[in-house]
Amino acid sequence: MIPHLISTRDLSREQAIALLDISADMAESGARENKKLPALRGKTIVNLFYEDSTRTRISFEVAEKRLSADVINFSAKGSSVAKGESFKDTIVTLREMGVDGVVIRHPSSGAPHLLAERDWIDVPVINAGDGTHEHPTQALLDAYTLRAKRWGDSARSKGLDGLRVVIVGDILHSRVARSNIWLLHTLGATVTVVAPPTLLPPGLSEWPVSVSYDLDAVLAQPCDAVMMLRVQSERMRAAYFPNAHEYSAGWGLTLERFHRLSPDVMILHPGPMNRGFEISSAAADATQSLVLDQVANGVFVRMAVLYSVLTGTEVMS
Amino acid sequence: MSSSVLISGATIADGTSSDILVVDGLIAKVGKVSDKTDRVIDATGLLALPGLIDLHTHLREPGFEQSETVLTGSQAAAKGGFTTVFPMANTSPVADNASVVELEQSRGIEAGYVQVQPIGAVTAGLLGTHLADLRGMADSRARVRVFSDDGKCVHDPLVMRRALEYVLAFDGVIAQHAQEPRLTEQAQMNEGEIASRLGLAGWPAIAEETIIARDVLIAESVGAALHVCHLSTAGSVDIVRWAKARGIRVTAEVTPHHLLLTEDLAVSYDARYKVNPPLRRQEDVLAVRAGLADGTIDIVATDHAPHPSEDKECEWDVAAFGMVGLESALSIVQQTMVESGQLSWADVVRVMSSMPARIGRLPWSGLAAGAPASITLVDPTARSVFSVDHLAGKSQNSPYFGRELPGRVVHTMFNGYLTVENGQLVDAETVASAARLRVAAGLVRGLNEERHDG
Repeated sequence: MIPHLISTRDLSREQAIALLDISADMAESGARENKKLPALRGKTIVNLFYEDSTRTRISFEVAEKRLSADVINFSAKGSSVAKGESFKDTIVTLREMGVDGVVIRHPSSGAPHLLAERDWIDVPVINAGDGTHEHPTQALLDAYTLRAKRWGDSARSKGLDGLRVVIVGDILHSRVARSNIWLLHTLGATVTVVAPPTLLPPGLSEWPVSVSYDLDAVLAQPCDAVMMLRVQSERMRAAYFPNAHEYSAGWGLTLERFHRLSPDVMILHPGPMNRGFEISSAAADATQSLVLDQVANGVFVRMAVLYSVLTGTEVMS
Repeated sequence: MSSSVLISGATIADGTSSDILVVDGLIAKVGKVSDKTDRVIDATGLLALPGLIDLHTHLREPGFEQSETVLTGSQAAAKGGFTTVFPMANTSPVADNASVVELEQSRGIEAGYVQVQPIGAVTAGLLGTHLADLRGMADSRARVRVFSDDGKCVHDPLVMRRALEYVLAFDGVIAQHAQEPRLTEQAQMNEGEIASRLGLAGWPAIAEETIIARDVLIAESVGAALHVCHLSTAGSVDIVRWAKARGIRVTAEVTPHHLLLTEDLAVSYDARYKVNPPLRRQEDVLAVRAGLADGTIDIVATDHAPHPSEDKECEWDVAAFGMVGLESALSIVQQTMVESGQLSWADVVRVMSSMPARIGRLPWSGLAAGAPASITLVDPTARSVFSVDHLAGKSQNSPYFGRELPGRVVHTMFNGYLTVENGQLVDAETVASAARLRVAAGLVRGLNEERHDG
């Protein structure tokens, strides 16, 4: 049982596989005519979004409603936060209102950790992305997507053993990359990260990954999946690389690189995509691209996480 | 009316036992004393150290009185065994002119717990572009000799060169907060694997080391005195060691927290561990200890930086930098340096009293007849779990709660009267009255004193 979901680094292999198996249960329920489950009826969940997000917030909201929870959306804009209220005061206020769970997206790394550790509030906390720290439900939905594609109907109870995954892009600033590196490793996959040296985090040699600056050399070797990360244009202005053209030529999944890729290599992207920059439209829209599967699976994985932390159970009866 | 106090049976830092006779605020005799006195303090089993001197304190007054005032900061200092503090200039208004430094000094004299010897800003408004009224502050009643933009780095090499040159006129010293601003944009903690894992922007060692390397070369070329504030990395120790071997006039300080704490504490995202410069690696801790032991680092200075709880009970990247340190400094030095065998108590006197005085251009004669009776009596055998009860300042942002630390300041005497007695602060009115007597007797310089034409 996990009381909160803050980081994939905290998950054991057993816990991670259990969450993926529950996600599979949720996917099966989603195929039924009446998609709604009564599991969280009477529970009030607040989606506390201190940072703009469309897809993650909507994905959580759909998941919560499928589980019959009452949902409150809190966005930092137009709230007391805009008037200067402290993080702690906001949380204590929510506690007094009696919410049963908090899903939090925050620009400050560690904000969900504080929520879980401090006595400001005593309910399950789910990290929906904090600063440049972690985005654990994204990594879980990526793992679920890879596992379902790789193993099909026999995926249940399996990990990702032997899978070779290449993660490309702004590793330095990416919470998606961090959560994926820990979780893929825990599930038995081997991970190679590829980026310009300026976008790799210091101390990376202590992480369970191989590192390369040369995307073509890495893609010339056999691999099972390529995960392209979003690169924000402000990185260019901050001189992490000279210009968009040079980045794209060196580290983008261009049309030429896509055509050299074996057709059974899975292509992932957490979205939103910068088409023509880190990924070409040909790659994004290819049959081997799982970008839309990721979106659909995101709902099932978030249902599984909400169900597990709010009810304290790991396996559905 | 004459008053006399006998401190009996104290252990001096060299290990010998001695009585200390105090008459009218001055040490009258050190040795065997048989005179009858108004009062006797039994110091059997206690170490008598010359009053501790902190070259790097933030008293926050004027401007940030919700964090600390000259009075409350002086009380924190006394509780920690200090009798002199040098408050930094980053107040509001900034201490960049004679009026502000004289105000701070006067408030210190009125409070009466310690000598408050202000540090002046290097640049006007701490903006880094134009020199502050350096000579005006030097010639003021506060007689400022140490100048620092602490909290900010004097990063413009031309401004730094001019400042170092200019203070040669009155034997001043520039205390540099070594932080290259471009290399530390948004920086939150020591750069490395832990910062990467936590998603906190890294603060590289080179941001400190490149400035120190540059500044020792500038100091050498102009023959001026440079003091390096809160040195925190192994590389910085190497640079200062090289500079001293070359004969460059450089001195350096390390904080107690950089002698003990390491970057891994940030995994809690508890902003009590957020400090500038950041907590570093264990290798750095060992290097600064070695540097302090071999004299490369001259002194320990607290960088006592009080902040209200709302600036620490929040997200890490939103929180203020800094930790309080006056009340815990001596215990941390005892634990890290004395108990490890790297410093003797005589060395502690050097790094926490005589050298800070020398760098700060204050007269110092220690526990000698004729010296002001500023004496710290310590029980080095005591141990206690550090808690909020150990603090005496206004803010409680200490990183040491829950740690068992050695040593206890039992009594602090300042100019012959007690500011701390049996581990408890003497009340403000009693201390202020005693201070007024010393001022009336002409023992305290600075108040009602004509500005001298230096």
